[in-house]
Amino acid sequence: MKVKSRSKNGIAKVKLLAKHPMHTGRAKDADGNLIPAHHIQTLTCEHKGKVVLTADFGTSVSKDPYLAFTIKGAESGDVLKLSWVDNLGESETVEATVG
Amino acid sequence: MINRRKFLTVLGAASPVVAALMAFPGTVLAWAENAFKATSVEDAEAALFPGSQAQPSGQVKLKAPQIAENGAVVPITVSTDLPDVSNISVLVEKNPNPLCASFKIDPALQPEISVRIRMGETSNVIALVEAGGKTYQASQEVKVTIGGCGG
Repeated sequence: MKVKSRSKNGIAKVKLLAKHPMHTGRAKDADGNLIPAHHIQTLTCEHKGKVVLTADFGTSVSKDPYLAFTIKGAESGDVLKLSWVDNLGESETVEATVG
Repeated sequence: MINRRKFLTVLGAASPVVAALMAFPGTVLAWAENAFKATSVEDAEAALFPGSQAQPSGQVKLKAPQIAENGAVVPITVSTDLPDVSNISVLVEKNPNPLCASFKIDPALQPEISVRIRMGETSNVIALVEAGGKTYQASQEVKVTIGGCGG
């Protein structure tokens, strides 16, 4: 997961790009078999020990999910913790520092 | 000296927040399965916001392309100047499961989210905002030339 974050006047814009196939469960592979649904279900962002964003995704979020949001009261040097878990129980957690 | 690890850490194991999400499926933190499995906008809305009827509002701003060349990646931004926003959700009316994403917004967040979604065909995209305990909506038709759900 790539995370970019920049703070100006205490407001931090956050952009992230998660790497995930986000299979809808409707597409077929080369042999004509349905590729099972495999998608991020929930992504969270923690700042100063508090979850500020909980993003629930279905199968209609694009492959390699992109998300952009803005946190108030976040200064340069603050650490953000981004985590996601998918429908097969896989997960990723990344810490990023606000620039 | 700043520990390098603090800057970028990738953990294979679930973080405490993620573990909590997985351990308590019945709580409000859980993924809203009924809403995501709903096959109509009305059912998804009822599952997300029981007993609420979303009112169209000019204060909900939905930014979406008029024409999406690639239905697999349609950039959407929802923002609002309504106060006390607790949720922003994005739906695509004609997708088999209309609910694309639902965002729980903490007061520390500006009520604005950008996300990229899949659209199977030309359809209305609907933004729902829960603010002050009530729900509001805005919608816009997005024309899709190549659908993005079935590969």
